[in-house]
Amino acid sequence: MSTDVTAKTPAPAPPGKGGSAAAGGLWQLMLDGLRRNMRQYGMLIALGLIVALFAVWSDGDLLLPRNVSNLVLQNSYILILAIGMMLVIISGHIDLSVGSLTAFTGAMAAVLMVENDLPWPVAVLLCLAIGAAAGAAQGFFIAYLGIPSFIVTLAGMLLFRGLTEIFLEGQTLGPFPKDLQKVANGFLPEVGPETNYHNLTLLLGFALIAFVIYQEVRDRKRQHEFALEVLPAKLFLLKLVALVSAVLVVTLLLASYKGAPIVLLILGVLVVGFGYLMRNAIIGRHIYAIGGNLPAAKLSGVKDKKVTFLVFLNMGMLAALAGLVFAARFNAASPKAGLNFELEAIAASFIGGASMSGGVGTVLGAIIGGLVLGVLNNGMNLVGIGTDWQQVIKGAVLLAAVGFDVWNKRRVGS
Amino acid sequence: MAGPVLEMRSIVKTFPGVKALSDVTLTVRRGEVHAICGENGAGKSTLMKVLSGVHPHGSYEGDILFEGETCRFRDIRASEQHGIVIIHQELALVPYLSIAENIFLGNEHAKRGLIDWNETLRHATELLRRVGLDEHPETRVADIGVGKQQLVEIAKALSKKVKLLILDEPTAALNDEDSGKLLDLILQLKEQGITSIIISHKLNEIRRVADSVTIIRDGQSIETLDVKAPETTEDRIISGMVGRDLENRFPDRTPHHPEEGTAPALEIRNWTVHHPIDQQRKVVDDVSIEVRRGEIVGIAGLMGAGRTELAMSVFGRTYGRYAGGTVLRDGAEVRTKTVPEAVGHGIAYVTEDRKHYGLNLIDTINRNISLTALGKVAKRGVVDEHGERQVAEGYRRSMNIKAPTVFEPVGKLSGGNQQKVVLSKWIFAGPEVLILDEPTRGIDVGAKYEIYTVIDQLAAQGKAVVFISSELPELLGMCDRIYTMAAGRLTGEFSRAEASQEALMRQMTKDKQAEKDEEVTR
Repeated sequence: MSTDVTAKTPAPAPPGKGGSAAAGGLWQLMLDGLRRNMRQYGMLIALGLIVALFAVWSDGDLLLPRNVSNLVLQNSYILILAIGMMLVIISGHIDLSVGSLTAFTGAMAAVLMVENDLPWPVAVLLCLAIGAAAGAAQGFFIAYLGIPSFIVTLAGMLLFRGLTEIFLEGQTLGPFPKDLQKVANGFLPEVGPETNYHNLTLLLGFALIAFVIYQEVRDRKRQHEFALEVLPAKLFLLKLVALVSAVLVVTLLLASYKGAPIVLLILGVLVVGFGYLMRNAIIGRHIYAIGGNLPAAKLSGVKDKKVTFLVFLNMGMLAALAGLVFAARFNAASPKAGLNFELEAIAASFIGGASMSGGVGTVLGAIIGGLVLGVLNNGMNLVGIGTDWQQVIKGAVLLAAVGFDVWNKRRVGS
Repeated sequence: MAGPVLEMRSIVKTFPGVKALSDVTLTVRRGEVHAICGENGAGKSTLMKVLSGVHPHGSYEGDILFEGETCRFRDIRASEQHGIVIIHQELALVPYLSIAENIFLGNEHAKRGLIDWNETLRHATELLRRVGLDEHPETRVADIGVGKQQLVEIAKALSKKVKLLILDEPTAALNDEDSGKLLDLILQLKEQGITSIIISHKLNEIRRVADSVTIIRDGQSIETLDVKAPETTEDRIISGMVGRDLENRFPDRTPHHPEEGTAPALEIRNWTVHHPIDQQRKVVDDVSIEVRRGEIVGIAGLMGAGRTELAMSVFGRTYGRYAGGTVLRDGAEVRTKTVPEAVGHGIAYVTEDRKHYGLNLIDTINRNISLTALGKVAKRGVVDEHGERQVAEGYRRSMNIKAPTVFEPVGKLSGGNQQKVVLSKWIFAGPEVLILDEPTRGIDVGAKYEIYTVIDQLAAQGKAVVFISSELPELLGMCDRIYTMAAGRLTGEFSRAEASQEALMRQMTKDKQAEKDEEVTR
């Protein structure tokens, strides 16, 4: 721990020893980069391997355009929850109530729209407000009264499940307005001339690629301007190529079916928005700080109570969004909706690199963790593994992912 | 059975990078109360850990002879089997178990794994009578005060057939009355033939109970004095504790002479704070200090003097219960009830415990530095990462933080470099008054010099610096003025010219009792 750090880190990229060594040099660079960012890339690689495994095992069915589209729709609500859960876990807490809250807001949506014929945009806003209020109530007990989040949200889990059944009187309530169903289940509208692909999806995909390149290049230029160290040019190019091709493949797959699902767009906005918030906004930094070392954060002037409160308020609102998407997708609010969703979201966060003690994790990590679980579910269904073994395997994956993380951390010695 | 009960010969104990004990010899006679005293960090506690097997045989050099036999303790259990029991400063009791359960924890009266409650209670009652604790043995430990808990610890020791009882600063957390009782008990036990070693730096306490005193300084045993001998005065003990050369080097400082007439940058008036749990106890008692621009003012004190408590309670009431006093900045009274308020009034507190209160160890250097003043590198709530990185790179260079990039997790840095990150963080916050609490604790000589230089520069820029330290040479080398504290009270104020290690130590070892005695003799 107390040794001089400079001595331990590998020397910066060995300068190219002519053309023949270039390939080896790039390989070396990649390995170095990997070793330093094991946390970030480890799960991405694992996700790639799982995708490859099931793609082969299911004779390519996994990557059929229709299935990819399905995968997004099936997992959207878990992914929405995982984003909020990641924030909660980074701040050093846990939220067990989100599954029940998902069901509760779904039930409220049904009561408002099906029983009372409220226009759907109004009802949606009301439901989000109800979710935020539920989250805020829990956040109040946790942040200002100091009751452990495990207890408060365990109570919330029972309470909201019970309220769901009370409001639905044990029945399933539906159907939802057509427009709302379209948001949860539908695809982007088609525009322009007839091609073999979905034009708007292609357009959005290309726009995204252009944005990614612009962003990365601008970042690099600014780093140069500030005379800061930058990624070696070769590695930068490799990263750019990998990013662009990933976006391109998904775009083409989606565009060759019915186009991008609307929920994917919502999800995309959430990922970018919350990713930006956690990385660049002051409040994001404060969330990491209170999770990483609460006493130090307090002594640095971080308003820890307010931050905790907001994190739970946000979780409630996202749970409401997930509840709406879920109810609209199945066109009914059911008392049994959202069962075990909290556990899936928590598992996704931990697979995606969160730490039980808080202070660590990224929004992208939560998405990767959620996708690992989603692809496992979908892939195992495709190859005909029963739900009994699915659970066994998912449990093992969670344990292995976190175990790997713990082992890796000890190895690095931090 | 003549001869000493315990002999420790030429004990040497090294930790990675630090020699905690370089040559300690200790001889304790049978049936005496033997005091060990020395400055913070002199090696007292380490020595006792060697003796009690916390640091097992093989991890140190030298010999331990107990009752004439060479001992090689593998762990605490082994030393306890020989009748050596240590009571640590932080009591090791389980708060929600009863007194009786605590006394016999790990050593239960049991038959075939089942506890014999009748025997347990009978024996506990007997032990409580011996230590003079009038509580039912089934009372929860959490429900009795610290003083009584201390007695439970001693009862626990007695249950282990103790021959040599070691008490590490037993009265540090006690009020006067409880302290008195405890000292009486030590004398009673002595009559029953139990030898005690008591670590303490309260000189009047040592004079009251001890027969002899061994002084330890910088990991070496300096001398053993007979307390009852007339030539062993308090001054004699003090000169043993501090008699070290000023060999540390400090940047050349032109002493600061504040202009008269201007208000001090920071003034604290009649500050009183109660202990957060034991609310009867005053941890800081009516303290008034002032610091002017460009001035470095030291606060000297031993463990439990209340220096950190004073600083933290002023800085956003982050310690204890406020019980009175005001804070003035440039002559105007200000509110510092919360950390943001204190920071807003230009006050920074650099903690003595950087790992727990100073840094987010799992986060990177740049993010640690920017945390207190994120607004400075942000626009409308959004942090400019490049600007932030540039700021951090600036501090990495100017403070000479040894790390390949500012994206290194702080937990991987050495202590000295971590300290530089904490300092950078608070300098970045742009304070006018800096309270530095043990800024050089646990770091090597080279890094110390670098930190002294930074402190000197801060003062030269016109900042007011409060420098809390346990190392007297450091205070003498750096400060324009030095306050001394003991047991929560201000006991002295010295100009740079008046201050000497002996003079400071005399005021630092003064407690309420001694003051009262003084008043009476006057």
